[in-house]
Order: sequence, then C-alpha cells, then structure tokens
Amino acid sequence: MLDSFSAETLARVQFAFTISFHIIFPAFTIGLASWLAVLNAFWLRTRDATYLTLFEHWKKIFAVVFGMGVVSGIVMSYQFGTNWAVFSDKAGPVVGPLMAYEVLSAFFLEAGFLGIMLFGRERVGAGLHMFATAMVAIGTLGSAFWILSVNSWMQTPAGYVINDVGQFVPEDWWAIVFNPSFPYRLVHMVMAAYLTTAFVVGGVSALHLLRDRTSATARRGFSMAMWMAVIVTPVQIFAGDMHGLNTLEHQPVKVMAMEGHFQSHPDGAPLYLFGIPDQANQRLNYAIGIPKLSSLILKHDLNAPLAGLDTVAREDQPPVAIVFWSFRIMIAIGFAMLGLGLWALIRRMQGRLYDSGVLHRAALAMGPAGFVAVLAGWVTTEVGRQPYTVYGLLRTSDSLSPVAAPAVAVSLIAFIVVYFFVFGAGTFYVLRLMGHTPGAGGKGDVGPTRTAGITPAAQLRPQAFGPGA
Amino acid sequence: MEFDLAFIWAGLIGFAVLTYVVLDGFDLGVGILFPLAGSETDRDTAMNTVAPVWDGNETWLVLGGGGLFAVFPLAYAVVMPALYMPVTLMLLALVFRGVAFEFRWKTQRWKRLWDHAFFGGSLVAALCQGIALGALVQGIKVTGRAYSGGWWDWLTPFSLLTGVAVATGYALLGATWLVLKTEGPLHLGMRRRAWWLGLATLGFMGLVSLATPFLEPVYFQRWFNLPGSAFSVVMPVLVLGAAWALFTGLNDSRDLRPFLAALSLFVLGFIGIGISFYPMMVPPSLTIWQAAAPDESLAFALVGTLVLVPLILAYTGYAYWVFRGKVRPGEGYH
Ligand code: HDD
Ligand code: HEM
Ligand code: HEM
Repeated sequence: MLDSFSAETLARVQFAFTISFHIIFPAFTIGLASWLAVLNAFWLRTRDATYLTLFEHWKKIFAVVFGMGVVSGIVMSYQFGTNWAVFSDKAGPVVGPLMAYEVLSAFFLEAGFLGIMLFGRERVGAGLHMFATAMVAIGTLGSAFWILSVNSWMQTPAGYVINDVGQFVPEDWWAIVFNPSFPYRLVHMVMAAYLTTAFVVGGVSALHLLRDRTSATARRGFSMAMWMAVIVTPVQIFAGDMHGLNTLEHQPVKVMAMEGHFQSHPDGAPLYLFGIPDQANQRLNYAIGIPKLSSLILKHDLNAPLAGLDTVAREDQPPVAIVFWSFRIMIAIGFAMLGLGLWALIRRMQGRLYDSGVLHRAALAMGPAGFVAVLAGWVTTEVGRQPYTVYGLLRTSDSLSPVAAPAVAVSLIAFIVVYFFVFGAGTFYVLRLMGHTPGAGGKGDVGPTRTAGITPAAQLRPQAFGPGA
Repeated sequence: MEFDLAFIWAGLIGFAVLTYVVLDGFDLGVGILFPLAGSETDRDTAMNTVAPVWDGNETWLVLGGGGLFAVFPLAYAVVMPALYMPVTLMLLALVFRGVAFEFRWKTQRWKRLWDHAFFGGSLVAALCQGIALGALVQGIKVTGRAYSGGWWDWLTPFSLLTGVAVATGYALLGATWLVLKTEGPLHLGMRRRAWWLGLATLGFMGLVSLATPFLEPVYFQRWFNLPGSAFSVVMPVLVLGAAWALFTGLNDSRDLRPFLAALSLFVLGFIGIGISFYPMMVPPSLTIWQAAAPDESLAFALVGTLVLVPLILAYTGYAYWVFRGKVRPGEGYH
C-alpha cells in the first residue's frame, strides 16, 4: 500500500508522526517540572505535608512521562539527518549550533539532576534536593528556549547569508536566535505547557474530589490548577493574538489559510467561524462569517483591506483545510479553558469550589484539553508554513535525504507500531498512577513512607480543610 | 596537521563520542547481561545501579549527533542516510530500553515483557552502534554533497564483526561495572563473566585490528609505514597492559580496577580508530575541513562548549559521587 507514496510524503508523515508524539511529553513535563519545584519549595517553607504528598505522587508520574520524552526526543535529533539530509547540510550551520546549545545547556542539566531529584532526597539533604528539582525545571525551560528558537528561525529566517554551495551561513547570531517570531512562539508555547499541566492536574484532582470531597491533596491540587487556568488562559489568548499579528507580518499566506481567505477583501475581511475549504476550486463552502471582524482583529480597522490566497500561486499555498481546522480547534479549546477557569473562580468566591460536582466533572473532561490544543497549534504552525522548511527559501521537496522510498516506508511502519505499543503502555501506566490516591500506599508508592522517615512527625500537620493555595 | 577550529571540533566531537561509548557502554552492558543477573532481586539491583545515571549517559549520544549536525553538517547529512537502517533500528531499540527503566516497576503482569525490552533494546542498540562504526570505517559513497549508495550498503561481514565486537565490549563494561557496584551472588557471577568477556573482547579487538588495514590502502599505509607504524607497536603493548590490569583486578577482587581497565580498552580502541581515520571525517571522501561548518558556526558553538562542558563534567561527576558505593537490594524510589 505504501508503494504508491513518494519518499517525500513518507518522510513528511514520519516526521509529523514522531514529533507529534514527542511534543505530547514536553508539553506535560515542562509544566510538571515547574509545578514540582513549586510544591517542593512550599513543602520546605510551610512544612505542610499535603505539598510533600503531592510532590511524591506527581514525581512518579513525571518520571514515567519524562522517560518517554527523552526516548522520543533522541529519535527527533537523528531524524534531521536520516530523513532531511539536504536540509541538514544547508541549514546545519545556523540551526545546528542552537541545537548544540540546547544539549549543552538544557538536556545535560535535566538529565544530570533528574537522578538526584528522583532518588536523592535522603542522600543530599533538603537544600540540594530542592536545587536539583529547580535545575530540572530550568533545564526543561532552557530546552524549550533553544528548540523554539530553531523552529522560529525556520519560520522567520534572519541573520544569515547564503554561501556558494547553497548553505545558510550565520552572520548575526543575535538576529538568528532572537528572530522575529521567536519571542511570541516561546511565550505561547511555555504557557501552553503550563496550561496543559494545569488541566491535567485539575482533571485528576477533580476525579479524586468526586471520590472524596474531603481529600486534602485533591483540594490543594484542584485549587492550584484552577488558579492557573483563570490567570494563565487570558494571558495565553492575548499572547496568541499577538502571535497571530506577528505571523501576519512575516507569513501572511499562513494567516490567509488560518482564516480561510481564498479571496482578497479590499474593504474589510469577514471572520469565518465555519466553512469547508475547497482548495481545488479555491473556495470556502458553506461559510458562516461575521463581516469585517477579521480586519478588525488583524488590522484594528473595520475597513482595512486584506489580501487572500488569490494573490498566491497554487504551488506556494499550504494545505488550507488542515490549517483552517486545526486553528479553530485550538481557539475553541482556549475559550473553553477560559470558561472553566472563570466558572471555578465564581465557585471559589461562593466558597463552593470543592463541592460542585458538575464543575469537577467538567474539569475531568477538560483534563486532556491541553494536549489537543498543543497539537492543533503545532499543526497550524507547521502545516501553515508549507511548502517550505525554511520559509520562503528552502522547499520541503528540496530538503529530502537521498533515501529510497522503501527504507522510509519500513521505518515509518516500525515507528508507528513501536510508538503505539510502547507509549500506549506508558499512557496506561500514567493513567493508573493518576487514579491512585496520593499518599495512600498502593503499588510503587514507597516514596512518601520513606521520606516520612526523615520528617519529624510533629512537623506533619494534616490539613484536611486547608484553604487551598 | 592544522590546528584550527575544525580540528579542535573534530577533537571535541571525538571526545563526546568516546564519553558516550564508555558511559552508555556500561549501562547498555548491564542491559545485555540482564538475563544473566539471576534472581528477581538481583535484576532489580542491577537496574538500580544505572537508573540514576543512564539518562545523563545517553545525553552524550545526543551531543554526538547534535554536535555533528552543528559543526560538521555535511558529514551528518551524508552519514545519516548511509546508515539509515542501523540508526533507525538503534533509535527504536533505545526507546524500548529507555522506557523499561520506569515501566517495569509499574506492572506485575508485564514485568517480564519490560525485562525483555531492556535486554533486547540494549543488545540491539549495541549491535547497531557497532555496525554503524564498521560501516563508517569501510567508507561511505559520496557524490557531490550527498550520499550516493544504496540502503543496504552498510551490511557487510566487517560491519557485522564490529557489531558483535562492540556488543561484547559493552557487556564487559557492564560486567565490570556490576562487579564494582554490587555484592553477593550478583557480584560473584559477574566477576566470572567478566573473565570470559574480557577474553572475548580482546579477541575481537585483535580481529578488527587485523581486518581494518586491509579495507583501505590508506589505513594500511597509516599502520605499516612510519610514523604510524610506531603506533602499531605501542598500541598492542598498551592493550596488553590494560588486559593485565583487568584480569589481575578480577583475581585480587579489587573492584574498581577491572572497570577502569575495561574503560581503557575502549579508549585505546577509539584512539586506534582515530589513527586510521585522520584526517578524514567520512572516509574515503570527506576530510575534517571539507565537512566543517563555516568558522562563524564553529566559533559560536565553541564558546559555549568551553564553558559548559567542564560544568557538565563537574555536575555529572557530582551525581556519580552522590550515588557512589555498592547498591543494595531494595534501594530506589519505586
Ligand atoms: C517546547 C518544547 C520542545 C520541543 C518543541 C521539542 N522538544 Fe525535545 N524535549 C523537550 C522540549 C521540547 C524537553 C522538555 O526538554 C524534553 C521532554 C521530556 C524530556 O525528557 O525533555 C525533551 C527531550 C528531548 C530529547 C532527549 C533529551 C535527553 O536526552 O535528556 C531530545 C534529543 C530532544 N528532545 C530533541 C528534540 C528535537 C530534535 C525537537 C524538534 C524537532 C524537539 N526535541 C522538540
Ligand atoms: C514540537 C512540536 C512540533 C509539532 C507538533 C510539529 C509538527 C509538524 C507537522 C505536523 C509537520 C508536517 C507538515 C506537513 O508536512 O504538512 C511538520 C513538518 C516539519 N517540522 Fe515540525 N513540528 C514541531 C516542531 C518542530 C521543530 C521544533 C522543528 C525544528 C527544529 C520542526 C521541523 C520541521 C520540519 C523540518 C518539517 C518538514 C518536514 C515535513 O514537512 O514534514 N518541527 N512538523
Ligand atoms: C484562544 C486563543 C489562542 C490564540 C488566538 C492562539 C493563536 C495562535 C496562533 C496565531 C498560532 C500560530 C503561530 C504561527 O503563525 O506559527 C498559534 C500556535 C500555537 N498555539 Fe495557540 N492560540 C490560542 C490558544 C492556545 C492554547 C489554549 C494553546 C495550548 C494550551 C495553544 C498552543 C499553541 C501551540 C503549541 C502553537 C504552536 C507553537 C507556536 O507557534 O507558538 N494556543 N496559536
């Protein structure tokens, strides 16, 4: 069956498949690492055992997810060479050093201190253990910094010249690292990771609240997560809007696809809420739109003209339908997150945060929302950049390795089988861990009991009815 | 010999790869020996000796690959397609063994399965690394700026030989590591195995060393004409010295010495390959200078490397120090 596909299509599918699996793990570990550092700091400060129990519980989940993130990430760092050799040769001098910095300044930091964070509390003492936990969190953020700089450079290249063998040669490193779309993408992605974590923690805590409303750990977790939801989501929406304006400036064609604007609108473009893109005929069928709103959002002027895909040659257009829909999925989830955050805020002010079963069910349902939004966002970004790998300069079809299609097909099938099997099993274990009540013992729950050994019992004050964080 | 940025970087990449080989070598070796570890408790203990450090060890592989991408992009672009199959297989194998560290503690029903994943993944990864090395030594066909061979070119008797040789060597590293880190029956069992693995490793080193000079006339000249032929005398002597340290260490139960001796064997083997290669980055067609990125990239990456690598070595060393000493059954956070 795969015979009919070109090596290019297969390599693209393989890249999209492996990176989509990979990003699921960082989206969670970046947020979780920071949250664990916060929990540990609060525990050391307040000596409130709820924090410690939460830390020890989520630490185990973190370890499993982190392990999956590492192994899927190692695959990524070799895929550039195996599948995108021409891209590697040409863009390597610019993006390679950034990725080398990622390894040196972030991956080693995470990996070096992870062991101490997981196994070392008794061995190194509380202070150094806190330090190690913080280093793991900083490492994950550093890794986001560098890899997003790489990706942003591919979206909005800057600070380079092209030499006589066609390589991109660095000219101004500052301009390369802080290329035009980087600050926006970094902020948007880090907040996306925090939100993803917040909604997972919120969903899991809601599950435990549905089982037992008095559980101190479930209350604490739920409260912290809902604060994150209500504070970070509006900022994220604002940042997303800024990001979109930046994209309009540097990648207008992508925005046309996101908006479904096949036609140019010389006096005010509508905001399409729904429609079925028909790229062959360059039409948006069954369109439902609000007149002039798109111009208002993108240009802050109701009557501002906006160019459409009719100004772009067919072979330079990205696949519109994918971009159009993935963008709407992300936006919808963004507003749903905001809604849940506000709802929880109202319940909190009414003093009913912990006994609103409907809210808890909704939070449980929204638990995986962050992952969907992250994937949808990346699909918008990446598919919208097609048909280029380095925007406007290097086409995806010219980036490919000289590898025979059967080799790519075989490895693609192997990746699909292995990933679904291994990460499927991992997801099952993570879900099972999430189902356990924190601190209740159960399989693999030796953490809290052992740490209790170094904790003077007097300092453990149970906080069954704490006010939350 | 030109002492410039490209040369310095060739040395640094060599250092990263060597560090990877010796560090991940012993933890892959522990995986390869896993089924021989005896009882369930012994297997738990064996895994716990490497659990806190394996991730850091594997990061050197990312540095080797990422570093090659950064400073020798052309070499990266040529070698990866040439080694498409072994590299992909290695990555998949590393997936299996990497997740096993966590997964096998999370389930009773499938514990055996993740035991097998740990063993199989470690073995296949080791074999693939050895095969990749052999394929590289054999030479890679390049036309213009691209690989121009087929997707099975890597598979030859020589690359299979290096594959088995590297896997055996890793098993030796793993055995001596377990001798160092454990006690009781596990320790005694591994001491016995380290003997045999030591002999096998030496045998394979001999075979590979004999075969290499005949692959390429260049290698032959390097080893059998002055000044290279000086190495042909010195290297075997050093190897014998390391072997002596290995076997006496095992006999006198000095637990650290066999591990260090096994590491030295790897360092010597690595230097041997370096002598064959220089000044090639991808034999037989790309020299270090042809494959190197422009100086702007080399200089930029070097600044950070000179600051960060010593730091990395320091905190990695610290992590090893924290987890020093024998690992006893039941330790670990699971
Ligand atoms: C926004 C964040 C982000 C993005 C877009 C990516 N990664 Fe990633 N990556 C991380 C954030 C991250 C992380 C948070 O640092 C991880 C996730 C879990 C983990 O263990 O570290 C990680 C792990 C990780 C590892 C293993 C590190 C180790 O050995 O400890 C490698 C080699 C990569 N990644 C490489 C890549 C490549 C080549 C990517 C792009 C194609 C990529 N990552 C996208
Ligand atoms: C982490 C989140 C990411 C996701 C979910 C993602 C997703 C995707 C998807 C879906 C495609 C396929 C587009 C298409 O073929 O139509 C793609 C292409 C690509 N992406 Fe990303 N990407 C991510 C990050 C990155 C990063 C960080 C880089 C570079 C450092 C990168 C480099 C590429 C390249 C080179 C392609 C071209 C190959 C292709 O078209 O498939 N991506 N990505
Ligand atoms: C509702 C408000 C939101 C708006 C207006 C918005 C806007 C955008 C835009 C315009 C892009 C494409 C950037 C490009 O041109 O390449 C994008 C990408 C992305 N979005 Fe959103 N977004 C919103 C909500 C969210 C939420 C809630 C999440 C996740 C929790 C999220 C995660 C992402 C990710 C991971 C990307 C890809 C990385 C990037 O380019 O930054 N977004 N977003």
